[in-house]
Parts: sequence; C-alpha cells; structure tokens
Amino acid sequence: MQLTNRSKQVSNKEMTLAEKMYLPAIAQGLAITIKHFFQKKPTIQYPEVKRYLGPIFRGHHVLKRDEEGRERCTACGLCSLACPAEAISMVAAERKKGEENLYREEKYAAVYEINMLRCIFCGLCEEACPKQAVYLRHDRFVPVFTERDQVIYGKDRLVEQLDDRYVRTGSEVRATPTEPTLSRSAT
Amino acid sequence: MNLTELIIKSIIILVIFGVTLVIAMYSTWAERKVAGFMQDRLGPNRAGPFGLLQPLADAGKMFFKEDFIPSQANKWLFIIGPCLAILTALMSSAVIPFGDSIRYEGLTIPVQGVEINIGILYVFGVVSLGVYGIMVGGWASNNKFSLLGAIRAASQNISYEIAMGLAIIAILMMTGSLSLRSIVAGQESFLTWNVFTQPLGFIIFLTCAFAECNRTPFDLPECETELVGGYHTEYSSMKLGFYLFAEYINMFVSSAVISTLYFGGYHYPFMNTVHNALTGSLGEVTGHNLATLIGMLVLFAKIFFFIFFFMWVRWTLPRFRYDQLMNLGWKSLIPLSILNVVVTGFGLLYDIEYASWLIVIVMVVLAVMSSARAPKRVVQPQRS
Ligand code: SF4
Ligand code: SF4
Repeated sequence: MQLTNRSKQVSNKEMTLAEKMYLPAIAQGLAITIKHFFQKKPTIQYPEVKRYLGPIFRGHHVLKRDEEGRERCTACGLCSLACPAEAISMVAAERKKGEENLYREEKYAAVYEINMLRCIFCGLCEEACPKQAVYLRHDRFVPVFTERDQVIYGKDRLVEQLDDRYVRTGSEVRATPTEPTLSRSAT
Repeated sequence: MNLTELIIKSIIILVIFGVTLVIAMYSTWAERKVAGFMQDRLGPNRAGPFGLLQPLADAGKMFFKEDFIPSQANKWLFIIGPCLAILTALMSSAVIPFGDSIRYEGLTIPVQGVEINIGILYVFGVVSLGVYGIMVGGWASNNKFSLLGAIRAASQNISYEIAMGLAIIAILMMTGSLSLRSIVAGQESFLTWNVFTQPLGFIIFLTCAFAECNRTPFDLPECETELVGGYHTEYSSMKLGFYLFAEYINMFVSSAVISTLYFGGYHYPFMNTVHNALTGSLGEVTGHNLATLIGMLVLFAKIFFFIFFFMWVRWTLPRFRYDQLMNLGWKSLIPLSILNVVVTGFGLLYDIEYASWLIVIVMVVLAVMSSARAPKRVVQPQRS
C-alpha cells in the first residue's frame, strides 16, 4: 500500500566513495536544517495570542435569557438526563406572582449547577434542551481552576448577563476570543 | 613580575574563567533555541525576555533536586567523577590566546591565561584527562549501562585523539612551534589561515573535536536507546549538572581551539590597517588596546559561529552506530591524516604551501568518478 510518494525503498547496494565520505550528504542535511532555521514559525503564543476556534467550538456554558430578558430554563431536567458525565444538577421552583418578568415559564430552576470538573464539553445538554435555554459558548473558555470549591458553577456564573448577550447565528460569526494583550512579542 | 602586572594578569584570568562559565551557561539556552528554530518551534521563551533567564531556572532546578548516591556505588569516586569532568573542562581554556596584548603603563601583557611554549600539548593533555571524569563516574556508578557508556567514551576518545593529533602535527610542521600564540601569529594574513592551507586537516580536526566532546553524531556514550542515559544514568542534581555543564564548556573550548588553530585566532582581514588607523588617531596605547579589543571580539564571533555549528550539526545528523564510528576513526580518518602529514611534508620540502589541497582534489575526483560509475539505483515500485 502506497501512502505517500516520498517513501524510499531500502537498498543494500555498495555505497559509492562520495556516499562513504558522508560529507555531501551532511552538507545536504545542514542546508535543510538551516533553511528551517530561518523559516517563519507557525507557533501561536497561546496565553497571549488566541486563535479563532470556529463557530462550533464548545466552551463555557450559558443559560440564555429570551428577548425580554427572562430566563428560558424551565427546569425540566432533560439536560441533566442527557448529560453523560452527570455534571448538571438543579432544584426546580414555581414562579410566584410578579416574577413574570424574571422567568419565562411557570416553573424555573431556582438552583442550576454544573460541575466543571465532571463536564466533558460534549454539548449534549445543548441538544437536549427543549427550551433553547442552555448553550455552550464558542467564544469563551472555562477558566482554569486550582481549588475544588471553584469547580461548581452556579446560576451566578451561568446565566447570561443582559449587557453581555451571546449570539451565534450562521457559521460566519467571528466573536473571536483573541485578546492580543501581547506582553511578549512573538519570538 | 611586578604588582601591576600581577593584578592585570589575575583580572585577565578571572575574566576568562567567568566568560567561559557564562558562555557555557548560555550555550544550554542557545542549544534549545537553535533546536527549536531548526524544528520550526520557538524554543524556551517564558523565563524572562526571549527566555534569557532559562539557564538560571534550570540551574535552580538542578540544585533543588535530590542528590542521590546509589547504595552500591563507590561513594568517593562517584563524587569525584563529575568534579574531574568539570575541572578538566575549565582548565583547558587557560592557554588559549584570546587577544593580542594590552598596554598599560609601559607594560605589554598578552590577553591569555598563561603563555606556555607547549600550549597545544597542554590543551591536548587536559582534554585527554577529561575522559577520566566520564570513566570514573561511569565505573563508580556500579551499573552496567553506566560502565558501558564510560567504556564507549574512553575508547572513542582514544581512537579519535590519534587522528586529531596527526591533524595537529601537520599544522605544527607548518608553524614550527607548539605555542598557540605563535600558531596564531603565523596566520596573520587572510590567505595563510590554516583552514586554507590545511583544508583536509581542518575537516579531520573538526570531526575529531565532535567525537572528543561526545556531541552528536558521536554521542554514543549517552545513547539513550541502548544505554538508558549512558555514563550519567545514576547521577542526579548538580552532579548531573556538572556533567552536562562540562560538555558545554568543552564545546566552547573546542570552538576556541578550532578558531585559534585554523581560523587565525584574533586575526581578521585588514587588521594592520585598522591597527595603524587606531594608533594613529588615538595614540599608541589607547589605539593598541582598542585594536586588541576588536581582535578579541572577532575571535569571539568565530567561537560563537563554531558553537552554533556544533548545535547545527547536532540537530541535523542522526547518531552513528558504534562500528561505523570505529570504522570512520581507524580506517578513514587516521590513514587520511597520515597522508595529510606526508603531503604537507613534501609541500614544505618543495615550498608549496597549499600542498594539502592535492589530497582534497584527488578525493573529489575519485568520489565523482565512483558515483558516475555506480549502477543507477533501480527503484522498484512498491507492491500494494
Ligand atoms: S456539555 Fe456534556 S458533559 Fe457538559 S454539562 Fe453538557 S451534557 Fe454534561
Ligand atoms: S436547561 Fe433546558 S433542558 Fe435543562 S432544565 Fe432547563 S429547560 Fe430543561
């Protein structure tokens, strides 16, 4: 089976004098490496430069609000059921009178928690949700945590802020996470 | 020798010592940078600007690692090994002339640790001692792999020292002196640099220098695939650091020796013109010292180039097999260097300075002929 056209057959034939002297081959090799020495490096300096990961990247979870700013989640538990890592838990509550501008449905999630240490960012919760309430943002990472008490994300960190709405329409969206605060130059 | 002279001399020695250490330290950084760049990476760039603090971080790491001595090892020899390696490595830079001379209050002091009339023999002797560091360390570890690595190092160094010595003999025949300073002085004008009069000797010397430093493609003493870590398998912490550091110091010293022997040391084209212009405009003393400084910078540029070359080769070539290494040493380099000595001798007899080119030309012709006569390689299509 031929995979590339660069494969060379091994041959056992006697080496010529030029090959025995190694020097021409060494010069050839040196030329190749020095060419690479001066080539542009493809490295992206990660924490300082971030590249666009595409519109279907699965990052930080967000609990959406609707156009009027009401939380969409109705605490049906389907996301929790769909989650293969059992990372989601919630406590449902009934909407009181006067709270119609806060919650869209009559039942809402009083507590909604995702354990980011368990989550595998598969996106199945997003697919399971019948109310289009939970999404995985394509433009934001879950930040690194170092302590166990930082890993459970409650509603305070999941519900969408009104001044920071998340939209993902079409495949052209480029809400790039690039924050080129280049403290170090790309060397 | 009066006091001022003594003080200036001590300053020179200390500076050479310090510069050797700093260069060896930053060679580790440069090695990783060069490796990175040749492999389309960036190399270390996190510690400080351009990763310049990396060697300090590495040294700090080395210091804080557990200093482990295996229970079955010969304790004192185990400690002496790395010390010997680094001691011999540091000693050899003493006789290298780093510059012409400094004039101060009517004194003329050569920029050199010590000027001895057998300089090259000293370098040679100290470098040969260097293998004891490896040998002792490898033996004291009481570990088969370390011992094998050490034996490899010893036999490799002995084999390549012969070819190296013979390559040097050709130079000594042309210069007529063992002192490194007079060898440098003999290469005053550009075309009399030994690399032009002794091209074959240069290539042989360079190859042997690689072997003596245990650098790729001859780094068989620490061949990971066969010997775990080679002679320093059992070492950790700063003892390992000493071994690694000794390798880089050796690299610096060999680069310095190569530049001195073959590339005219601190000489550069149009040196006399520069010297005359400087002494003319700045006065005899300042001008002379400035010219010396320029010469030193030129020498260091040459040294840096060779250090880079060492790294360049390391990240290009794969390792030789041990039998290939021995074949190359005993069956090619030694006969070639003997031939080189003979041809140089005839050249001296008939006053032809560039006689050694004859061998190079004959070899190139032979090589071209043999590759022209070789049967074309038939590439069979691979069966699918
Ligand atoms: S992304 Fe997957 S693992 Fe994470 S919470 Fe949603 S369903 Fe669970
Ligand atoms: S996020 Fe969606 S699936 Fe999960 S409980 Fe709320 S409405 Fe149901």
